[in-house]
Amino acid sequence: MNKVLLIIQREYLSRVKKKSFLLLTFLVPSLFIGMYVAIFFIYKHNDDNAKRFHVIDESGIFQNQFKDQKNLSFDYPQHSYGEAKKTARKHKDVFILHISPDFEKTGNVEIIGEKKPGIALLSDVENQMEDILRNKKLLAAGIDTAVLNNTKSKVNINAKQLTDEGEKDASVGATYAVGFLGAFLIYLALFIYGAQVMRGVIEEKTSRIVEVIVSSVKPFQLMLGKILGIGAVGLTQFLLWILLSTGLSAIGTNMLSSGDKDAVKTELKDTKNDLKAETSVQKGDAAKQFFKAAETINFTFIISTFIFYFIGGYLLYSALFAAVGSAVDSETETQQFMLPITLPLIFTFILGMNVVVNNPDSSLSFWLSVIPFTSPIAMMIRIPFGVPDWQLALSAILLIAGFVFTTWVASRIYRVGILMHGKKITYKELAKWFSYKE
Amino acid sequence: MLSIKNIVKEYAKHRALDDVSMEIEQGTIFGLLGPNGAGKTSLIRIINQITAPDSGEIFFNGEKLAPKHISKIGYLPEERGLYKKMEIGEQMLYLAQLKGLSRAEATKRIKFWFEKMEIQSWWKKKVEDLSKGMQQKVQFIATVLHQPDLIILDEPFSGFDPVNAAVIKDEILELNKNGATIIFSTHRMESVEELCQHIALIHKSHKILDGSLKSIKNAYRNNTFKVGLAHDLSDVTLQTAYLLASQENDEQTVHTLKLKEGFAVNNLLQELIPISSISSLEEVIPSVNEIFIKTVKD
Repeated sequence: MNKVLLIIQREYLSRVKKKSFLLLTFLVPSLFIGMYVAIFFIYKHNDDNAKRFHVIDESGIFQNQFKDQKNLSFDYPQHSYGEAKKTARKHKDVFILHISPDFEKTGNVEIIGEKKPGIALLSDVENQMEDILRNKKLLAAGIDTAVLNNTKSKVNINAKQLTDEGEKDASVGATYAVGFLGAFLIYLALFIYGAQVMRGVIEEKTSRIVEVIVSSVKPFQLMLGKILGIGAVGLTQFLLWILLSTGLSAIGTNMLSSGDKDAVKTELKDTKNDLKAETSVQKGDAAKQFFKAAETINFTFIISTFIFYFIGGYLLYSALFAAVGSAVDSETETQQFMLPITLPLIFTFILGMNVVVNNPDSSLSFWLSVIPFTSPIAMMIRIPFGVPDWQLALSAILLIAGFVFTTWVASRIYRVGILMHGKKITYKELAKWFSYKE
Repeated sequence: MLSIKNIVKEYAKHRALDDVSMEIEQGTIFGLLGPNGAGKTSLIRIINQITAPDSGEIFFNGEKLAPKHISKIGYLPEERGLYKKMEIGEQMLYLAQLKGLSRAEATKRIKFWFEKMEIQSWWKKKVEDLSKGMQQKVQFIATVLHQPDLIILDEPFSGFDPVNAAVIKDEILELNKNGATIIFSTHRMESVEELCQHIALIHKSHKILDGSLKSIKNAYRNNTFKVGLAHDLSDVTLQTAYLLASQENDEQTVHTLKLKEGFAVNNLLQELIPISSISSLEEVIPSVNEIFIKTVKD
């Protein structure tokens, strides 16, 4: 046992000390947060410059009809289109909205300015023009717009879940996101760290140090030490990621919420512009709902099941990766043996994203989440939706049994494989190795 | 020291070792010889408990071979290597600790050996920065660091230049003088003659020869002598010996003569004295190499 600890220590330290580990640990969360911040700033920055439109309405339909919005105002100069063009050249944020006299026939509208108008700006103007036209037509048909507005109904479904603690918000969006994230991380981790185990085995085999080491320890101890050591690297990386991203996002949220207050203030100022303000309030509501819903998810439970399924799935698959590594002389030869390992993972991931998420209690979802080869991914998707205890227990027991089984199978192949050189190995050969006595 | 009894090892359809037995005495340098694929490595791996025999037993100092003996054996495999990206010092510490040394003790001994080999500056170097010969040196030290009672060296001189091979040979002799038993597996027969007191030859999974170097060589003597004479014997018919070959030198002709049945070397001399003056007489003793090739061919 002492020797396994030594091996774990070497495998762990030799990887954690690498520059690439540090880089990955800090880069991944900062990349995510950086992207988030960048999007936020771009979004915020875009809104900054107030735009002014000189409306030259030669059709007379839109005269004095446009409503000013946040950062967007309209005026109606008396001079002609030609003169307006000249003044527009002088001002950066001024556009001319030219509506031709035959608008009702052709629908021709031009926007001219020193700069190109953004898509958002164009659609704002378009929306307003469409609203104005619709109102005009409705009025002409004798329908009161006030009555019409009353007929608009708003439906907002609040899914609730009956639990022991009473009704809970069944936050479907947040649940989906959490399940997806957990499953995706496990999917990724199994590949990344499984491949590391495989590469480590190949390295020991090709550098021929393996025979020196197995004269001191049993092949099984070496394999186990490597698997556990690299698993510990994975856990360390995850813990650091969680710590770093919670730290960074706490800072980020502070920045965002102070920004939000400003937004609320401007909204209050611009109560006149109810149309736009209303939608942004709605957006805010959705976000608030999302976060409120996220709060109802039991994160301690999810993180602990995540760690369990990561460890279980990792042990199960990395033993197989180790067996593949032991059977080949270089990484290029691994391809023929990789399919049976990668196929169930990819298969579960695709099914998980399409079927399990939409139907977490279907019998397919159930089977996927208890079969050890698929359960780490499938169960992570199901857990945020709520899984009966007995299913969770069954899945956990089967996963443990599963990795004991794969480790046993893999170690029988591994002990022979690591001492074989220069031979092209087939599946038949692997089966033969498996049946060798000690 | 080591009793190997009726070892059988089979792989799928191939029998690698068939009822192999041998005794390795305490304090000897034991040459384990055999052509490629004869089963030497299989036997060595069984002694190292890397694999287990299908039947047969091995006793280490009278006890049945068990995992606790691992720390008493040092093994330098033929196919050897080190972690390329790991520092030499760390790597040696790791290997020594796997053999059961404490970190402190291992550090002390590594320092001792590094000074002895004058490679103190290598501690922080990575293996990939060393030449092949340097790596072999490090590997040799790693093999003997835990002061094993039994040292198994598989082709220890491969990869060494003559100067370093001599250094390693002296180290092997010194370890042996200090009480270590050494099993020495090689194809290089001249080093066998220099080092080994005892040899065993394995061929096609069977042990076909086993004994002290002297007795084996004696057994392969066939009453052949090289006699330097002033006269050429090609025209003479000898009563006591057959002439196998003759080679003319500046002042003498060296004749290779094989005694006929029932005659001793003195009979031959008696017959030669009247014919010619004798300048030299030497018995032809077969080299291990010749014995090796002869036995393997038969």
